[in-house]
Amino acid sequence: MSDETVVGENSVGDEHEDIESFRDRVRAFIRANLRPIGDGVDSHWRIRTDEEELAEVARERGIQRALFDAGLAGVCVPIEYGGQGLSVAHQRVLNEELRGYEYPTRFQIPTFSPCMAVLLDFGTEEQKLRHVPAMLKGEELWMQFLSEPSGGSDVAGALTTAVRDGDEWILNGSKVWTTGAWWSDWGLCLARTNWDVPKHRGLSVFIFPIDSEGIEIQRIEMLNGSQEFCQEFLTDLRVPDSDRVGEVNDGWTVGTRWMFHERMSHNSPLVTVPVGGVRAGVGGAAMKAIASDAGRLDDPRAQELIGEAEVLDLVGHALKRRVGHGITTGTMSDQSSAIARLYAGWTHSRRITIQFELAGAAGAAWLDEDGQLGECGPAFLMRQVGSIGGGTTEMAANVVSERVLGMPRERSGDRDVPFRDVPRSPT
Amino acid sequence: MLLELGSDQEFFRATTARFLEDQAPPAELRRLRDDPAGFTQDYWRRGADLGWTSLLVGEALGGGSISGSGLIDLTLVAHEFGRHASPGPLVPTNVVAGALSAATTHHDLLPGVLDGSSIIAWCLGEGPPNDGLGQVHLEVRPDGDEVVLSGSKRPVESAGEASHLLVVGRSGDGLTQVLVAADAAGVSITPMHGVDLTRRFSRVTFDEVRVPADAVVGQIGKADEDVERQLLHALVLTNAESVGAMQAAFDMTVEWAFDRYSFGRPLASYQALKHRFAMMATWLEASHAISDEAAAAVAVGDPDASELAGAAKAFVGEYGAELLQECVQLHGGIGVTFEHDLHLVLRRLTADRALYGSPAEHRVRVAGHVLAEEDAS
Repeated sequence: MSDETVVGENSVGDEHEDIESFRDRVRAFIRANLRPIGDGVDSHWRIRTDEEELAEVARERGIQRALFDAGLAGVCVPIEYGGQGLSVAHQRVLNEELRGYEYPTRFQIPTFSPCMAVLLDFGTEEQKLRHVPAMLKGEELWMQFLSEPSGGSDVAGALTTAVRDGDEWILNGSKVWTTGAWWSDWGLCLARTNWDVPKHRGLSVFIFPIDSEGIEIQRIEMLNGSQEFCQEFLTDLRVPDSDRVGEVNDGWTVGTRWMFHERMSHNSPLVTVPVGGVRAGVGGAAMKAIASDAGRLDDPRAQELIGEAEVLDLVGHALKRRVGHGITTGTMSDQSSAIARLYAGWTHSRRITIQFELAGAAGAAWLDEDGQLGECGPAFLMRQVGSIGGGTTEMAANVVSERVLGMPRERSGDRDVPFRDVPRSPT
Repeated sequence: MLLELGSDQEFFRATTARFLEDQAPPAELRRLRDDPAGFTQDYWRRGADLGWTSLLVGEALGGGSISGSGLIDLTLVAHEFGRHASPGPLVPTNVVAGALSAATTHHDLLPGVLDGSSIIAWCLGEGPPNDGLGQVHLEVRPDGDEVVLSGSKRPVESAGEASHLLVVGRSGDGLTQVLVAADAAGVSITPMHGVDLTRRFSRVTFDEVRVPADAVVGQIGKADEDVERQLLHALVLTNAESVGAMQAAFDMTVEWAFDRYSFGRPLASYQALKHRFAMMATWLEASHAISDEAAAAVAVGDPDASELAGAAKAFVGEYGAELLQECVQLHGGIGVTFEHDLHLVLRRLTADRALYGSPAEHRVRVAGHVLAEEDAS
């Protein structure tokens, strides 16, 4: 099995530490450094104060640094860039052993994938040597400057513009839906460098520190009160040409791979996802906990709903493994990752509905003492996020039908037309 | 079906596929519509020669596998059976062959099963109101050196063609399996109507049927684990067959969408339809994935095998049937005619969805596993 499709052109080390000695090291590290996750299932949903958020970010930077010092950061990242040069099997061991423990969640997505994955694929040697080790040491949290207010799904329709000025580029525009830009360090940004060619041929990719002069960050309040998302305004932001990733006007080559890494993030060998970590929040066990709080465990209707959530969860894991394996071995096209994305969005909605159903009237009104039942109503309000964030399910359905099944493309007004002349929403 | 097959497995699968295309094409399935057996002896014996009956039987008893895992190999046959809506009692024959291979007695009946010259039907389910998955009311009562069976079983596949019946009954708190000659006194077999074109089902009634105690397979009242293992085999094979039926219907409908024009455009160019195809592709790929994962778990006796097999049956049953009905809808009127081939696989999947536990029953069964688990958090 080749990992190259996912990790990029960099090969893994030949002389692998054996799995069991690696496991021993992981266990020793966890015992010495990490706290077990508390009782609150799916605390991911809880809205934090800024102070809490910053404290968690600091804690995660510390853990990431400790992992690096212990030789456990970047398991599948080449040694020359600060990683361990080990195999996917080693990463799996880390995922298994971390079950039930805290880990640096904020570093995984988007810092390690897609941002680090894109740098490993397209970055210059200098860029990789400067940033990949810094990411692995917990010094650089990265964000994607990708979506724009003018349209989330039409990523290649970016209006943010970069104009060359000697050895520098001057960027102007706005990006949106960056999670936690206010506590992050670097951005990976898609910008337009030529308005006189069709849209895919006039893009370039840049990187810059988020605290640069010329970047203003605004927090976005979501309907549930969360302020984790941000919008950024770039005004005459100066970026040296040495911080360009990929060729000028060839940004869509980078962008295509970027989208691939984004869709495959949860399956990437660059990303640590503790076994059961995701399941705890969405599968039958989580529904059981909610049904238990609601005193409904003996209700046959509740039991069938618990079973349904578990079925969808088990199937989702099997599907991710099948698609991940198929893409890695080349029996499926890269575009097949859209199948897993479609499944994830569809079943996310169903699970959120199931837990809302299990909560009963506590989904409408609750007391602090109701515990998890109180999270079910607000979670239902935010249900569609699972079908919007990371590319909508409609986009995924287009990719599946057009790229996987080969059906005719939708008519578009932006093909073979200079981007300048493409019709746009009124501003 | 597995994404990658070994070359021996691929040869095995392709051989069965070619045989089915040659010997049981749609015209033959239509011809068998009114045939009481639904398959010919010659067809079944030749299929047995290809390996359809021997994969769950140990080598010492005349069986063997292609890849080292007979169950996985057999899912390839089941997949082709689903794809072609093929005739023949594939699932019960293999469940019984596996059961007899695992037992220490009755090996004399295996050669006939293996070479396809005799059929042994598996009598598991019962009629309403005792038709829930796992409900067994048929009584097996020891009486001296005999056991007495009384009760009724349905639907029993291929009972009308069977020389023997492997009957699941209850003896007090536990289950018992008994091998009964199909022509034993007190056994009556009533053909049932059915949705599948070639699969035949019957009600089998046991009216104080007396057989020698050595007709019991295993021990009286201690067959629960055996029956569960056999059920898992039935689930794995039924799922593989259903996924084959889904694949055939999906491929047929994608082709139709490219070929069929309306308002000057192929159906495949309409986004409203493309998105439905995308959803169907997702259900199909997910069904392949969970079906194969469950088969692998059952094959090695993984502790999660029962939960995975049930999850697979729940998902494939639910969304397999939805996929088939979507295919009918996307075909329009032609999709509900006898002339079109789509109903051949629709029938197969519809039967498979209802057999060995409905999706709703399996969701509850899966919930039972979740509720039994210690809190992981």
